[in-house]
Amino acid sequence: MDFRLTPEQEALKKEFEEFFEEEMKNEPPGWVWGLEGLFSDVGWPFNVYMAKRLAEKGWLVRPWPEEYGGCNAPMIEQLIFGDVLGYYCAPGVDPLGVGMIGPTILAVGTEEQKKEHLPPIARAERFWCQGWSEPDAGSDLASLTTKAVKDGDDWILNGQKCWNTGAHRADWCFALARTNPEERRSKGLTYFILDMKSPGVSIVPIESMDGSKHFNEIYFDDVRVPSRNIIGEVNGGWAITQTTMNYERSSVGIMSGACRGLNELVQYCKESRLRGKPLSQNPHVRHRLAQLAIDIEVGRTLSYHVGWLQEKGDIMAAAAAACGAKVYSTELWQRVAFTGIEIMGLYGTVAKGSKWAVLKGQFEDLAQSTPGYKLGGGTSEIMRSIVAWVGLGLPRIK
Amino acid sequence: MDLDFTEEQDMLRNSARDFLSTECDKAMVRQIEESEEGYSPEIWRKMAELGWQGLLIPEEYDGMGMGLMDLVVIFEEIGRNILPSPFLVTVALGTPPIVEAGSEEQKKEILPRVSSGEAILTLALTEPSVGYTADCVELEAEDRGDSFVLNGTKLFVEFASASDYMVVVARTKSGGDPEDGITLLLVDSKSPGIKIEPFATTGMDKQCEVVFDNVSVPKANIIGELDKGWPIVAKTLEKATVAKCAEMVGGMQAVLDMSVAYAKERVQYGRPIGSFQAIQHMLADMYLRVETSKNILYQAAWMVSEGLPAAEKVAIAKGWCNEAYKKVTEDGVEVHGAIGTARDHDMGLYYRRSKAADPTFGDTESQRELVAQQLGL
Amino acid sequence: MDFSFSPDEEQFRQEVRDFIAREVPPGLETGVGGFVESEDEWQFARGMTKKLAAKGWLSMAWPKEYGGQDAHMKSVILSEEMNYLGAPGLDFGGVGMLAPALMAHGTEEQKKRFLPGIASGDVLWCQGWSEPGAGSDLPSLTTRAVEDCDDFVINGQKVWTSHAQHANWCFLLVKTDPDAEPKHRGISFLLVDFKTPGITISPLITMADERAFSEVFYDNVRVPKENLVGEKNRGWRVAMIAAGFERSGIYRIALARRNVDRLIQYAKEPQPDGIVPARDPLVRQNLADLYIEGEISRILAYRVAWQQAQGLQPEWEASMARLFGCEFQQHVAHTGMEIMGLYGLLRENSKWANTECKMARQSLLAVGATIAAGTSEVQRNAIAMRGLGLPRG
Repeated sequence: MDFRLTPEQEALKKEFEEFFEEEMKNEPPGWVWGLEGLFSDVGWPFNVYMAKRLAEKGWLVRPWPEEYGGCNAPMIEQLIFGDVLGYYCAPGVDPLGVGMIGPTILAVGTEEQKKEHLPPIARAERFWCQGWSEPDAGSDLASLTTKAVKDGDDWILNGQKCWNTGAHRADWCFALARTNPEERRSKGLTYFILDMKSPGVSIVPIESMDGSKHFNEIYFDDVRVPSRNIIGEVNGGWAITQTTMNYERSSVGIMSGACRGLNELVQYCKESRLRGKPLSQNPHVRHRLAQLAIDIEVGRTLSYHVGWLQEKGDIMAAAAAACGAKVYSTELWQRVAFTGIEIMGLYGTVAKGSKWAVLKGQFEDLAQSTPGYKLGGGTSEIMRSIVAWVGLGLPRIK
Repeated sequence: MDLDFTEEQDMLRNSARDFLSTECDKAMVRQIEESEEGYSPEIWRKMAELGWQGLLIPEEYDGMGMGLMDLVVIFEEIGRNILPSPFLVTVALGTPPIVEAGSEEQKKEILPRVSSGEAILTLALTEPSVGYTADCVELEAEDRGDSFVLNGTKLFVEFASASDYMVVVARTKSGGDPEDGITLLLVDSKSPGIKIEPFATTGMDKQCEVVFDNVSVPKANIIGELDKGWPIVAKTLEKATVAKCAEMVGGMQAVLDMSVAYAKERVQYGRPIGSFQAIQHMLADMYLRVETSKNILYQAAWMVSEGLPAAEKVAIAKGWCNEAYKKVTEDGVEVHGAIGTARDHDMGLYYRRSKAADPTFGDTESQRELVAQQLGL
Repeated sequence: MDFSFSPDEEQFRQEVRDFIAREVPPGLETGVGGFVESEDEWQFARGMTKKLAAKGWLSMAWPKEYGGQDAHMKSVILSEEMNYLGAPGLDFGGVGMLAPALMAHGTEEQKKRFLPGIASGDVLWCQGWSEPGAGSDLPSLTTRAVEDCDDFVINGQKVWTSHAQHANWCFLLVKTDPDAEPKHRGISFLLVDFKTPGITISPLITMADERAFSEVFYDNVRVPKENLVGEKNRGWRVAMIAAGFERSGIYRIALARRNVDRLIQYAKEPQPDGIVPARDPLVRQNLADLYIEGEISRILAYRVAWQQAQGLQPEWEASMARLFGCEFQQHVAHTGMEIMGLYGLLRENSKWANTECKMARQSLLAVGATIAAGTSEVQRNAIAMRGLGLPRG
């Protein structure tokens, strides 16, 4: 066992750090980390700018083969990259294009699909959204009802999707639709990719609790998708969603983002006095910060463990560990947010924009957005269920 | 022992519930939240017609002369329905010092106007140091013979922007016991030299910065005695904390009701999600939090209304309700899934309030410390 | 609303305290539910039971027609004081479980035969319900009773039977129709004289070294049919009455509150290292937190008792009081261990051990709190289904 990075890896990490240290100086005023920082009017141009910069460096899709813009980087290097990216709370890596559909196409796409879709992602020219959840198909995704009917060489899609992160910014969408109406559950689903400019696609924003707009509803109204835009087999989409899910979940970026949050809190507590004495002298505050530091350290090892299992190719173990890391990281992030506002007391309730806001009001913001992060990509209850049956081999409840 | 509300209180609850659901549906709540005033003058007037603002005011000053338990009933319903308004600050923060310690002239001048809904009151207590203890009161009132001159800043003064009068907690003597040398002053919010600036917060409850720049206040406006104001503040805070807890308990109940209803109706994997044990246990724990909060709140409220020493029980109630309300709303969002995070969904209204209620009148840590002191630790 | 006790109740509480101060020698202290360890202590406890009976306190919660006083609140006060002060003698199984079941479902004959012995404290009853394969899912029990002329013949095994080694009689749940669906429709409620041949008792010692539990084996044990309570195959109803009489759970809460108060006292005194724990803000926070939970537990328990005194039948409220009380007991034990640090680990016979705060023992005793008489998971199920009306899973 060896927890050290090699000298080459250390050098690479340093290179990443220097890059982000420098580039994050360009963050626009009022920019905050999170989905808002990716998809808001302030955030989006910065996101695109960072994506282009990363593409220029050849860092956007490092694990991909060279012919598609990557450098065959091993999983561990990708973890280091995610770790640094997360710590700097940097945008630029499209979680849906680079993180989900790209790897999926790489794994199961045709040669033609790879040539058509991977290079634009690698060059930061094409951004993606996900069209899976529906109003009545959330945790129980396999019950979705968006229909696709064959018409010549095309398929006609009709239905409604929801909770589509960043759909209003996306160029393309990867969606699930029912192609076999006889089959009510997962067996009748097909995995499509489609151009968001296709006639019949419309988008309605869903405003979040804190007033930000990054979620959407997508409506498909007789949207025509050519057969060549099916990933995998007709009625074979469910298995591919499982591949897609396995790419996004070492959660290392969230762990290191939490670490960054903690460091800012620590700095704040050193500098601020509340009720007459420095916050950092309050034993209760010290304990809470120390507990977060412990939780973060544990979380990082969990992420690296997921990466290690993936690198070894132990797919089932990696999937279960990834679900564990997802629950852990999003709950950790929430604890960081809550600890932050609670330590700040009344100041923790002041929204960004006011001169009385602490740390740009980002903790006030986070306290309202972290519940959504916990739910996105599978609720904690679903994640724990997966850990129970895949990770522990407990019987699955039907 | 009698652990039920009286029939009159049950009736009061029903009428409050009807009134609030008719006058202030959730669309109205959102509209009021976004408005510049932060409350609806029209609803405020109708509340006065029902006698709410004068609930704790003696009948001789046009009030209802009712007790704290009655107020608890109203606040539970307000918390349940949500009503953005300066009701708590007027009834539980601004009015009690005048009722308890005001001069006959002050009572005659102010209280009937509060009862009728004409006057909005608030308490200017906290400062940038944001503590609810006497040592955090630094705003200086300088003695100029017939008057005091105020200089300094009060922060987190809820609804100062809408207020007609502020009860300002000022320091008139320093050095020695911090509880000695605090004086309460009745200040016209429009007095020259006062600058009020609201800022946006999680609770959208019109928290304000109030800057006093050579504000002159006649000595006739002292509430109670010179330098002896702190016990009045402490007593007022007890009442206000009970009112706040009642509001929190009402909010918890609403979140529980919504979550249970949703769990029964939302179908995934071919059955209501409320039939899954993971969800059932979460809801059972939410229920436990709601019920424990109610019980401890009622006991504290009963003690305050009986005039018994209640500092310990009030601290227990607030400390417990803080954690309970936060956890109940967090779990409520989780039961609802993504829809619970949408701005158009009611969950967010309660979620935000649970976060804002926590530090108001003291967070859990400070309440526990108060309990520890009461235990002689 | 009124949270105060009546002057009569306050006076009764004082009377109980005086009684305990008079009767219980210093140093004697019961565990959860009034358990005592040694044979000497056991004999003393039996004597206390008879004294309580003589004062009319033992069965004071019973209805007047059966010689009780309908005094639910006072009975809770009695239990609270006895358990807080660690005094033994309260009988639970007979007075609090079997008697109410007999009153509701027993024949006149059965009432006349069994109630006086319970009220006088002369006959000790134990409860034979749980089995190795039937814990949370009690209706799936398999101890079998087959009719044979005027008798039932019992074969099977019970487990976690309290005080079996001392009991004179047992109230037993048996399967009389193994094919019944739902399963609880095949269960009968029988009264068994423990002197009957075929009964073997084998002690079960817990990790806290408690010796109150046993396994009981039934090998062709013959019980006359006249000892059937209620109808055959309808014993579940009888059992529900037995389980529903004393529901406040105050005994556990009183014990836990005793430990909180001892920890508070401990924290005020300088410890062997010279440090006064109460000066540590985190210790203060933790103790305040425990105290708050104690206050809440107590209100929950009294609310249940008060409801019963009003003639109401608390359901989910009792599950709630129980759930909260059990988790409170565990919280006290675990936090107590943390506050005391390494000293908290010491066994009672160590010279370094604190004579008042026996947290090592408490933490072992507390393990069973969320398991015995219905796990916390089962309580949550009950709250969800009966309190909130959620559909069965």
